[in-house]
Amino acid sequence: MAIEGVDIVKAAAFLGAGLAMGLGAIGPGVGEGMVGAKACEAIGRNPKEAGLLTRTMLVGQAVSESTGIYSLVIALLLLFVV
Amino acid sequence: MMTIDIPTWVNLAALFGGGLAMGLGAIGAAIGEGYTAAHADMALSQNPESSGDIIKTMLVGQAVAESAAIFALVVAILLLFLNVPNPSLAKAAALVGASLSMGLGAIGSGIGSGMPGGKACMGIAAKPELSGRLTMNMLIGSAVCQTPAILAMIIALMLMFIDFGSDPLKIAALGSAGLAMGLGAIGSGIGSGYPGGEACVGIARQPRMSVGLTTNMLIGSAVCQTPAIFAMVVALILVFMDFSGAPLYPKWAAFLGAGISTGFAAIGSGIGGGMTAGGSCEGIARQPETVGTVTTTMLVGQAVSQTPAIFGLLVSFILMFKTFPESTALSASMALVGAGVSMGFGGIGPGIGNGMVAQSAVRWVARNVEHAGDMVRTMLVAQAVSQSTAIYAMVVSLVLIFVV
Repeated sequence: MAIEGVDIVKAAAFLGAGLAMGLGAIGPGVGEGMVGAKACEAIGRNPKEAGLLTRTMLVGQAVSESTGIYSLVIALLLLFVV
Repeated sequence: MMTIDIPTWVNLAALFGGGLAMGLGAIGAAIGEGYTAAHADMALSQNPESSGDIIKTMLVGQAVAESAAIFALVVAILLLFLNVPNPSLAKAAALVGASLSMGLGAIGSGIGSGMPGGKACMGIAAKPELSGRLTMNMLIGSAVCQTPAILAMIIALMLMFIDFGSDPLKIAALGSAGLAMGLGAIGSGIGSGYPGGEACVGIARQPRMSVGLTTNMLIGSAVCQTPAIFAMVVALILVFMDFSGAPLYPKWAAFLGAGISTGFAAIGSGIGGGMTAGGSCEGIARQPETVGTVTTTMLVGQAVSQTPAIFGLLVSFILMFKTFPESTALSASMALVGAGVSMGFGGIGPGIGNGMVAQSAVRWVARNVEHAGDMVRTMLVAQAVSQSTAIYAMVVSLVLIFVV
């Protein structure tokens, strides 16, 4: 298997993109799950505020999502730009 | 330069594999048994008069958890004394694959089957008269937890005793088959421990629901096995499909990616599905009259939690069945390994996150059943958001497979 300079850089970029997105997806997935779990519990305790609680949950999850989006951006940069 | 002939490679793989199988395979059972003993100690301090029943149940529970490590011991001993009639590099890879399958595959079952044992001991301390019923539920629950380890052992024995010829592509396929099955068994094994444990707690709290709780436990832990079964499907395809004619480069990387993708993605879904099932057993024990709604909500929540494992399976199928043009460039191979890494790792978090949401939702649907609709709606919205990073991971995988 012939390995040249350009090829090895591309290979590293592809593997790096997979690692960036794969590992980067773990945290938001778990974090957003925690938010959702507590929101369901809160609605169970106080169903009258279901609307407010769901809205707050979504805001919290959106913030937690940001690191997943960073990972996606880095993965796409590695794939298409670098 | 030292040259190593093929029989020596096979011998090396068998000895290395024997060590790996037993070393990895010992992790889970020891943790699970520790969990059981820790809870047995707490139970003894609460109710020293029932020490006989508690210690008996602890030992029985630990014996079941031990079986995962015994499977690994059997595979390790077989590997050490294996006689290979037709040595080839493919066989060497198959032996390493067998050890990965059995070693990794025993971790989850060992951890999971410790949970029912520990909770059964706690239950006996609270309600000594239920000792027999609790021990029975514990045995059923921890037996189900052994399923992923048994699937892993089946794949390991196939890899050890079937003759695969000497196609170089088989080297990657057989090693990846073992990796897929071993990793894929972890989540299902841990996950099915949650309903087993919570059902024991529930029976002690609400003895008249004991049949309903065992049934709900069995439904919940059966769904937990799905990711392990996905992994077994991928492993069986890698073991038995005839891939001859496919170019070695980059198809070897596609096989490795396929194993990583389903193997890792199955971990999250297995644990997530188990948390959900555990939550529903807890809810039913508190509010027995809500059993219908709670079981339905559990099944919906578990189904959504399986999504990352399904994404992983999808990416594996594409990697296994798509024809890739021959290319000896390293980048062409690494794109396919990267696709597996992205989807595999990317599926872990969303699977667990979805399970957390559904666990909480089923617990509170039981406590406040007249507002079940609100909670199920919020659960589905939260699960969808938690799923998003798995979808990003799948997009990156598909770009790596189809675009770059």
